[in-house]
Amino acid sequence: MNRILFTFTLILLSFQGVLAQTKVSGKILDQKKQPLPGVNVFIKDTYDGASTGADGTFSFTAADTGDVIIVCSFIGFEQIEKKIKLTSSDFTFNTTMKESLNELKVVTISAGTIEASDEKKTTVLKPLDIVTTAGAQGDIVGALKTLPGAQQVGESEGLFVRGGDGSETKTIIDGMVVNKPFFSAAPDIASRGRFSPFLFKGTVFSTGGYSAQYGQGMSSVLALETQDLPAQTSSTLAISSVGIGGGYNKLWKEKNMSVGFDLNYANLLPYFKLVKQTPEYTRAPQFSGGSLNFRKKTSTTGMLKFYGYFNLSDLGIKTLSIDSTNGFKNLFELNNSDVYTNLTYKERLGEKLLMNIGASYSTNVDNIRTWTDSIRSQSDMTQGRIVFSRGIGKLSMLRIGAEYQYTYDDVKIDGAASGYGYHIRNTIYDNYSAQFVEADIYITQKLVWRAGARGEHSTLEKEYVISPRTSVAYKVGEKSQLSLAYGQFYQKPDRTYLFYPQIPGYNKATHYIANIQRVDDFHTLRAEIYYKKYDNLTNLNDSTNSGYGYAQGLDVFWRDKKTIKGVDYWISYTYLETKRKYQNYPKEVTPPFAAKHTASLVFKKFFEKLNLSSGFTYTYASGRPYYNPNNPEFMSDRTIDYHSLGINGAYLRQIKNCFAVLAFSVTNTIGNEQIFGYRYSYDGKQSAAVTPPAKRFFFVGLFLSFGQNRSKEVIDNNN
Amino acid sequence: MKKILSILALLSVAIFAEAQNPKYIAAMEKNIAALDTTRDGAKLQNLANNFERIASAEKSEWLPNYYTAYCYVNMTYSTKGNEIDTFCDRAEKFIKVADSISPNNSEIYTLKAQIASARISVNPMSRGQKYGMESGELREKAKELDKTNPRPYYLEGTAYFYTPPMFGGGKDKAKPVFQKALEMYETFKPASTIAPNWGKNSCTYFLKECDKK
Repeated sequence: MNRILFTFTLILLSFQGVLAQTKVSGKILDQKKQPLPGVNVFIKDTYDGASTGADGTFSFTAADTGDVIIVCSFIGFEQIEKKIKLTSSDFTFNTTMKESLNELKVVTISAGTIEASDEKKTTVLKPLDIVTTAGAQGDIVGALKTLPGAQQVGESEGLFVRGGDGSETKTIIDGMVVNKPFFSAAPDIASRGRFSPFLFKGTVFSTGGYSAQYGQGMSSVLALETQDLPAQTSSTLAISSVGIGGGYNKLWKEKNMSVGFDLNYANLLPYFKLVKQTPEYTRAPQFSGGSLNFRKKTSTTGMLKFYGYFNLSDLGIKTLSIDSTNGFKNLFELNNSDVYTNLTYKERLGEKLLMNIGASYSTNVDNIRTWTDSIRSQSDMTQGRIVFSRGIGKLSMLRIGAEYQYTYDDVKIDGAASGYGYHIRNTIYDNYSAQFVEADIYITQKLVWRAGARGEHSTLEKEYVISPRTSVAYKVGEKSQLSLAYGQFYQKPDRTYLFYPQIPGYNKATHYIANIQRVDDFHTLRAEIYYKKYDNLTNLNDSTNSGYGYAQGLDVFWRDKKTIKGVDYWISYTYLETKRKYQNYPKEVTPPFAAKHTASLVFKKFFEKLNLSSGFTYTYASGRPYYNPNNPEFMSDRTIDYHSLGINGAYLRQIKNCFAVLAFSVTNTIGNEQIFGYRYSYDGKQSAAVTPPAKRFFFVGLFLSFGQNRSKEVIDNNN
Repeated sequence: MKKILSILALLSVAIFAEAQNPKYIAAMEKNIAALDTTRDGAKLQNLANNFERIASAEKSEWLPNYYTAYCYVNMTYSTKGNEIDTFCDRAEKFIKVADSISPNNSEIYTLKAQIASARISVNPMSRGQKYGMESGELREKAKELDKTNPRPYYLEGTAYFYTPPMFGGGKDKAKPVFQKALEMYETFKPASTIAPNWGKNSCTYFLKECDKK
């Protein structure tokens, strides 16, 4: 009995072992017909399989016969599962594997766009790069001025891009335009941006040809995206040579909500006592302000964010009058209050549909006083925006959106102080609405075509305009791509002209851009040529839109994070040739805010042993045009070339749960003479150079960040 | 006859049932033994493939999925740049399966923490804080789930070791943690011959490195 049982069992076992012994072998290739080593080829749900060798071949024995599924699994490639029928004879399986979607291998629109974000992998800069650029003094615009396309205009705030003036660049936060992104300033003294770079997780600096999502910026758009939930609850404290500040940000335990605020006060009086300034300050600049933020994850895919900002600033300055012979000084006193709020909500409505809604309200009041006049200028903006993005296929995307902006501008001039007794008041309202549709069509993973149009209407302009925008990008190599962009860009004339009885029509620019770039983990090389045609610029000579102009040139950018150990540097060069006839120009000339050659070298080194991060930025620009009434050739004089060497350093230290940064920076370290232009007296006999208020600006600051890191508490407790 | 057949049937079931388990254990033991001495990327890929196959065959076992993920994480140490994310994504794919089979498992949380900290290397300056925190939290959970598991402590030691002193890390901070981990390795009892039991050699190596200047 036992023997029968035993034999039977043996037969059963050997049955299993002997009956199905099919040899499966083959070769696995990629789409370029190259062998793929390391591919896992096996029969699904069994142990039977093998890895391909260096030549792409594999071989194994399968225990089962009949209908089975063979699997090819390999990292970076789309998994293959195929039904096959195994018999006792050898089975050959050869196949080609397709590369799976890899963000790094997908082409992106790069013409006219420089992106700084942590999330995308093919960006040129990271947000931290902006903060650590010497000479920028932690100002986003200051850092962007070291990139190609931006001009070195030191006497006015704003981004002057490719021959366009500061008003031609719009600052956008979370999709919505910011009316007053810069502090109010005294004439010929540049102010800085209002918002700290730490507020943002992403920055897109467009030098032209930008998406139909944005408008009213003839030259460029600076699109900033605010941070989402913080990593932990933290409090910050800052003490510097210009002021103090502190903040607190609380992250809820469930990690789905955060609330935070910050307050700051700055007063330059102590600093001005130490470092002499050229103008005489009757009231040293004072800034007090704060912000409030709230972020909540409304669902796994939804996010509600609120940001509120307020700021009061005050300054009084006396500058030598060019027309006087007895040292008379002009007075300029400025008192500003600014409130900016931004509310956004984003949510996924379906597997492929994303909705973004935003609303913003801002109000800005300037109270200016000179010897003769008292001016009150108010500028309010209320806006709403909605965008739907729908994914099509694996990569393509369709965007449809609309936005509405209500602006209220009021200027009240009182000449009572001088005894003339004139009062002028002017108020303008505008209802601006825009609609846009845009599609990013991926023809292949390597070729994308973006096509879109934007329609805009303004009750002041009384005209509806449609601007077509399109761009194409093609991945020519594994790490390089070629991109082209074309677009039309309309912009309401400068605010001043909107107060005129006869309101001029839209100004227009048409962009043509070609770009080639190569980005890998450590190097970036970018070259871009552009041609910008200006039409319908405001001509004050005949109060019409008969102004025109053009700008063309070449931008080059090279960044290297590897060649010199521990060093990150970038070089940017801009060649700009531009002329325009607008405002009161008698003929077409190069405007004063354009230099033919601009170059920057930004250098950063991290000394790990010393806990020190340090860098310098050297900027050069060729002389800028300026108006000389004594010269019959209008705008043909040039200032001296511009040189500036900024240095900065930061010492970092972690003490228990406090992260401390001691930072210092100096602008124009070697004290180059910097002249931005000249102002002439009425009779043209006297002139004064427009220079920075002081040769150098020194800054020292201590920043402390206290975070609640529980794992660290555990270590401390265990010790 | 009927009785014999039914006994035969029962026996064959028992034999087949037993035939799978020793096969599984043997396959796992063979590949795990190779793991300890393998650092080469291509060899690790082959081991990952072996574990992936075992996982495909043994759908109720978390260990093959765990070891597949373990292989992919270890492959990141010989790559750089954005490639690391690709390997980490693949490791995550398998550890998720392991997690669904065996939730609240200390070893699985330890490996999740290891995957998060591997991602830091892509760009330490901008990723250090985010993934450092994520890894820390997963480590703490792993410690809570099994107080005898030395691996979360070993991982913590490496976190301190590779974090620059100015950000709160350094060899001085790492040393006591590695020492604690080593003590735990001495007394740790793995749940089976194929349960995770790695890291003691690396821990010893790191302790020596901590003493170097």
